[in-house]
Amino acid sequence: MATRILIPTPLRPYTDKKDAVEAEGATVGELLADLTRKHSGLKAHLYNEHGKLRSFVNVYLNDEDIRYLQKEQTPVSATDTISIIPSVAGGSSHSWIHRFHN
Amino acid sequence: MTERRTRLGDGVGQAIRRHGEETYPHECCGALVGSDDRVTAAVPLPNTTEEGPRRRFLVRPTDYMLAEKQASELGGTLLGFYHSHPDHPARPSQFDLDHAWPNFAYVIVSVASGVSRDMTVWWLEENRSRFEEGKLNGDQDSDSDTTASLHG
Repeated sequence: MATRILIPTPLRPYTDKKDAVEAEGATVGELLADLTRKHSGLKAHLYNEHGKLRSFVNVYLNDEDIRYLQKEQTPVSATDTISIIPSVAGGSSHSWIHRFHN
Repeated sequence: MTERRTRLGDGVGQAIRRHGEETYPHECCGALVGSDDRVTAAVPLPNTTEEGPRRRFLVRPTDYMLAEKQASELGGTLLGFYHSHPDHPARPSQFDLDHAWPNFAYVIVSVASGVSRDMTVWWLEENRSRFEEGKLNGDQDSDSDTTASLHG
């Protein structure tokens, strides 16, 4: 079952410049795993060294943030659209401990 | 490594500097819109951080989507983001590095005591280990032919 995934601008160099690609899986996690198998350059920018989605990577199922659904266990169907949407963060200090959504 | 360059169109550098001065002592942030290496518009965005805007900025996903939409409406693409470092150098921090996206230009303007100073541009290296500084053209106060790098 293929589901459409929308790719944000900074990640399109890893998807042959496509703004949407298809991946297969029954859950968001399976879809993203298939996505990074097909487009291996994405992996380091989506996942941290512990294999978890980076805090500034937001994944939406249609219009809903998966953090408020079942996270990566959220079921998907072929009619759904997954969007990868960046948060952009930064700042001048080195000493802050970040508290994003993880 | 191939040197990367960002050219700021007319008024873009001034707009970024003005934004940084207006929000001082808080950090400002915004999107860079244009094509190839030329920025034709700086789109101010709200700094929505809840962790202290003097030292942090955050562009929410909803505002990111708005920036993508505005870039399209302006006939360009999203080339990157800018932000200010109030009373800090125009060099990326470890926090900047930890949260950076690849293939985006990150313009940083230093604002000292309310007055904009150095402006620089950086790109995340592919292995996420550090930023590489590029050449920034078109800003009257920061045109530079020098490059440097910051290790994370």
